[in-house]
Amino acid sequence: MDHLLEVNNLEVNFKTYGGEVKAVRDVSFHVDKGEVVAIVGESGSGKSVTVQTIMGLIPTPPGIIKGGTIQFQGQDLLSLSKKELRKVKGSKIGMIFQDPMTSLNPTMVVGKQIAEGLITHQNLSKQAAKARAIELIKQVGIPNPEERYGQYPHEFSGGMRQRAMIAIALACNPELLIADEPTTALDVTIQAQVLELMKDLQEQTNTAIILITHDLGVVAETAQRVIVMYGGMMVESGTVLELFENPKHPYTWGLLNSIPDVDGPEKKQLVPIEGSPPDLFSPPKGCPFAPRCKFAMDICVEEMPGAYEIGEGHHAKCWLNDERAPEVDHAFAPKKKEAVAVGSEA
Amino acid sequence: MMVEKLMEIGNSQLDDNLVEVRSLKKYFDIKKDVTVKSVDDISISIRKGETFGLVGESGSGKSTLGKTLVGLQAPTAGEVIYNGQDVTQLDKETKKLVNKEMQIIFQDPHASLNPRMRVGDIIAEGIDAYKLFKGKERENRIYELLERVGLRAEHAKRFPHEFSGGQRQRIGIARALAVEPKFIVADEPISALDVSIQAQVINLLEDLKDSEDLTYLFIAHDLGMVKHISDRIGVMYLGKMMELSNSDDMFTKPLHPYTQALLSAIPKTDPRAAKRERIVLAGDPPSPTNPPSGCRFRTRCPHAMAICAEQAPPWKEVEPEHWTACHLY
Ligand SMILES: Nc1ncnc2c1ncn2[C@@H]1O[C@H](COP(=O)(O)OP(=O)(O)OP(=O)(O)O)[C@@H](O)[C@H]1O
Ligand SMILES: Nc1ncnc2c1ncn2[C@@H]1O[C@H](COP(=O)(O)OP(=O)(O)O)[C@@H](O)[C@H]1O
Ligand code: SF4
Ligand code: SF4
Ligand SMILES: [Mg+2]
Ligand SMILES: [Mg+2]
Repeated sequence: MDHLLEVNNLEVNFKTYGGEVKAVRDVSFHVDKGEVVAIVGESGSGKSVTVQTIMGLIPTPPGIIKGGTIQFQGQDLLSLSKKELRKVKGSKIGMIFQDPMTSLNPTMVVGKQIAEGLITHQNLSKQAAKARAIELIKQVGIPNPEERYGQYPHEFSGGMRQRAMIAIALACNPELLIADEPTTALDVTIQAQVLELMKDLQEQTNTAIILITHDLGVVAETAQRVIVMYGGMMVESGTVLELFENPKHPYTWGLLNSIPDVDGPEKKQLVPIEGSPPDLFSPPKGCPFAPRCKFAMDICVEEMPGAYEIGEGHHAKCWLNDERAPEVDHAFAPKKKEAVAVGSEA
Repeated sequence: MMVEKLMEIGNSQLDDNLVEVRSLKKYFDIKKDVTVKSVDDISISIRKGETFGLVGESGSGKSTLGKTLVGLQAPTAGEVIYNGQDVTQLDKETKKLVNKEMQIIFQDPHASLNPRMRVGDIIAEGIDAYKLFKGKERENRIYELLERVGLRAEHAKRFPHEFSGGQRQRIGIARALAVEPKFIVADEPISALDVSIQAQVINLLEDLKDSEDLTYLFIAHDLGMVKHISDRIGVMYLGKMMELSNSDDMFTKPLHPYTQALLSAIPKTDPRAAKRERIVLAGDPPSPTNPPSGCRFRTRCPHAMAICAEQAPPWKEVEPEHWTACHLY
């Protein structure tokens, strides 16, 4: 089957004073029509760079796209001219950023920013574009759409700005919506509104969504598949159920053990991941997680693990999944207290 | 020493509450004729040895309450009672001693540490201000504190930018501990940190609470962490306290419609959880300069009645130890 989006072996570096940063290393994944794929990982793990590369937003220099392909509906986005890419983006891919203030134009009324895309990409008349923009403002749940059309971004609250961004992204009826931490800056009640809105859209228009988030609750509630990134690499990927119930990478175990259990009657002991995030200037030649991994073996430092197939569509880059590796007992069993404690420095 | 004098005063008024506020108000005049009532008539008490969690939307007044509690800001009206004495009425000298016992840890580990100071001197800010130790003793105290928060003695000579966010937060914690406080306000100490680092800091705070006999006011957005760490929880909205109860009751039987919406908005980490009917609040929080009449939540409340616009609901103990301000009860 042809995928809507297919990314293969993507490598992106940045030239900086300190040396060359390997921001994205050998990233491959796909997104199908109507699917929500989440990307999680700590800050600096390469999530934004990955999606910005898809959108052609990496400044070169300092960025260098070292290798890989990005196929969207069969077209290689990396080989398109700027003009051709703009056309695809304007009509088929929409993007929402974490901080809407930096991506909205502060000197233009919000309504015009929505209408603009409709005029250039859908050949609507000024009149028709305005009417459609007002409709979109209403659709994303902003009250008094006519009045709001003529207001500037600073007159909107954080949640309303984020919804305005969604309206801009939706103006072109995109096949793919890329949302980079769309709710991180918002309060939970406003986050719930924005997520609900995105879910409705996905259901009504069958838009595929790539959702970057650091909130595992948001992942569990909205995505079908998850990609876990660490140190510029995809360390695990699979369906949401697989990732939460049968995770196979120590970093994923660490993430799940670091979050409290809101529903449980008992207090779960949090088992943090010790140490700090990796240095991307001189990544170790082996597994990037090795310096923080409780299960690291000699081989981990020497050689990069391959992507082991755990089940259908479930991959983990960790030597523990090699048949020659020792068994790790109870390394991960969420919600069971005694099991969770195993592996911590007892 | 002065500390002993302080302890005598404290002893004469023995009760369970370490910090108490009565009808506390903190207003800011931001323009001519425009006032923000950031904390508006709040009365709560924080018990010795407990962790009191404080939640609420951005701008609801959590930080303002925290800062006013530890004396970083003077209240507009009301009392702040520490160990039985009204701090606002104390003479300067005694007030300084009381303030030493109350420390604050800030949200942003980047902004709250002076980038030009070495870590050792940052940690010793309080030691120097109160002239607690000098020379070799001071140095040893710094090393001891660094180790206490999971850093190393050699870190004392470095500058804040050489540390990660989680490590910087540890430096902030060491600075707060330096003067041997009894009460610590932790204002969103983990919001700026990665998930994998948050648990490190939470576990450290919990360890320190036991080993140093601390009492916490823990302010946070992340309701999951608040539940994890708190004994009791207070919920704020637009400068008012909406609900207060122990942590379990708050999560199992929230009374106030705002608390109910807040809890229902938490994304659950169980992918099998049945698709829930979520209470999605309409609209945004109103402007704090012009809050709604009567109940401040009424413009977004699914249960609002006529009386809610006319009268502010009284603060009421609806069930034992479970308080709320809502006309439904
Ligand atoms: N020094 C000040 N001058 C003017 N207004 C202020 C000041 N400090 C706080 N405020 C206002 O008081 C209200 C409450 O602010 P506060 O910082 O206490 O909120 P908060 O609950 O801590 O929010 P957040 O979750 O965003 O940290 C806000 O409307 C804020 O703009
Ligand atoms: N324009 C740039 N110049 C130099 N380095 C960059 C640039 N953009 C991103 N990086 C680096 O690439 C790495 C991955 O960043 P990013 O994808 O933004 O992480 P995140 O997973 O938090 O979204 C980081 O080390 C970051 O500092
Ligand atoms: S490959 Fe080795 S170091 Fe890396 S996660 Fe697996 S066990 Fe840990
Ligand atoms: S007092 Fe009225 S408006 Fe306020 S929370 Fe209760 S029912 Fe809702
Ligand atoms: Mg990012
Ligand atoms: Mg605050």
